[in-house]
Amino acid sequence: MNYFKTDLASLHADLVAKKISSKELTQATFDNIKATDPKVDAFLNLNEEAALKQAAEIDAQGISADQPLAGIPVALKDNIVTKGMKTTAASKMLADFTPVYDATVTEKLAQAQMITVGKTNMDEFAMGGSTENSAFKTTKNAWDQTKVPGGSSGGSATAVASGQVPAALGSDTGGSIRQPASFNGIVGIKPTYGRVSRWGLIAFGSSLDQIGPLTHGVKDNASVLSAISGHDDHDLTSSTQAVPDFAAELNEATSVKGMRIGLPKEFLAEGVSDDVKAAILAAADTYRKLGATVDEVSLPHNKYGVAAYYIIASSEASSNLQRFDGIRYGYRAQDVQNLEDVYVKSRSEGFGDEVKRRIMLGTFSLSAGFYDAYFLKAAKVRTVIMNDFKAVLKDHDFIMGPVAPTPAFGIGAEIKDPLTMYMNDVLTIPVNLAGLPGLSLPAGFSNNLPVGMQLIGRPFDESTLYKAGYAFEQNTDFHLQVPTLGGQN
Amino acid sequence: MANRINREQVQHVAGLAKLEFTDAQLDAFTPQLDDIIGLFETLSEVDTEGVEATSSVSDQLNVMREDVADNWGQSQALLKNAPDAARGFIKVPAIIDESEDN
Repeated sequence: MNYFKTDLASLHADLVAKKISSKELTQATFDNIKATDPKVDAFLNLNEEAALKQAAEIDAQGISADQPLAGIPVALKDNIVTKGMKTTAASKMLADFTPVYDATVTEKLAQAQMITVGKTNMDEFAMGGSTENSAFKTTKNAWDQTKVPGGSSGGSATAVASGQVPAALGSDTGGSIRQPASFNGIVGIKPTYGRVSRWGLIAFGSSLDQIGPLTHGVKDNASVLSAISGHDDHDLTSSTQAVPDFAAELNEATSVKGMRIGLPKEFLAEGVSDDVKAAILAAADTYRKLGATVDEVSLPHNKYGVAAYYIIASSEASSNLQRFDGIRYGYRAQDVQNLEDVYVKSRSEGFGDEVKRRIMLGTFSLSAGFYDAYFLKAAKVRTVIMNDFKAVLKDHDFIMGPVAPTPAFGIGAEIKDPLTMYMNDVLTIPVNLAGLPGLSLPAGFSNNLPVGMQLIGRPFDESTLYKAGYAFEQNTDFHLQVPTLGGQN
Repeated sequence: MANRINREQVQHVAGLAKLEFTDAQLDAFTPQLDDIIGLFETLSEVDTEGVEATSSVSDQLNVMREDVADNWGQSQALLKNAPDAARGFIKVPAIIDESEDN
């Protein structure tokens, strides 16, 4: 079966009423993945045997009304560690790596009794915006298999968009959940930094990384975020803020009436395609009709976000990826003469080009003589960008704009031009630098490809974003349209 | 071309990062890195006089916890991930460069 015409609440109701068992649902999910994945290549590994066993156990215990996610399949991006289940970060470096512990989010999903059906493809170590940097395969966009799914959580986005799973987890360092959600016409959130524990997320840029859910609809997204959020002793940057039941706040009465929304003029500037601009202006009109005020505002330093980000994220990555040295785990080169050779050859053979580029940029930015001009400067510009957001969010409930300047581009179109690829993240990166929550949801189409809208909120105010997203969803039908994968829907 | 970073500097940084590149890779990487560093240099347009650097956006400061071991006793599972292991140890190639003895 596919998950186009259902949601988590209906699946839960069917499971509680025993219209379907979790084992039947899980088996049908694998059958559908096997039928559709050759076309889209969303998955790196399936977890069939263990998943069916877990589903049977859940059926035997019975699913009660207070376990809203129990018995429902979910997919995880392959940089989230899963005990006993191969976790590769889509790198040759970790091609045979089997973790000995579960990430906190993996554990939390298991406590909620969700069924992990498999691990999804991604850009190697989450570095990239097209999933073309995977060492293993290129995932296709659910809407057009000649287009990229976006990245780096491209496998998770395509898996949800093509109806293979009702929900998936991704990670977002500079847009890696929001941009693929946008390219695939689904909902994705980058939560506030610290909302979700990063324990067991293979580290890329530790001051920027957050895990978040990708789903068909806003309410489903809210349900999964509540399940994975909260303080964790294993991640000392995770927040002690209370976790609301986000989905419980969404109903027919949910409204944006009286809200003040900021639409930064920089978000509609040069580089943003006409169709994307039109979709966002139409969305602003929808919000006005629903009783909100939309003001033009300014984030004057937005354009410096990409430069600051590629210094900071690459510096953190160059440090985080030092651990891959060919000694304790991961790839080790064969033809080596001495210890230095083990390090250099293992890293040079085990990492792909984009990962090496980031390590080089980071090492350069942190090296003697360049630290002040690059790393320290970027860390100060980060403060300036944060202050821009603070000023706007002081008297606006949230900020709206596009997710990406264009819809999905062609496979192979930008992979040889890293700078062009980096500029695709100009509207998502500043949100990571500032640690704010960002929600991506469907807001239109351009030549039959989805266009996404981004809502950016105050720290730990995911509630407002979900309410605004839900109100938009209730008054538009973009989220109801689904791709015709071989005409199966 | 390549006025912000040259081939020799790229090789120097590669050495620091424990990476090596072929000549063809250096030909491709050097101008790419040069372009990206050109983007980095646009940051000099931003006035950051008196601005503090941000290194963390977490709302947690100085978090303490008990130093208690957990999830231990998995040496066999851990050794399975090692590229080479013997008798409960990770095996590495000889670390002394024998070619240097000559």
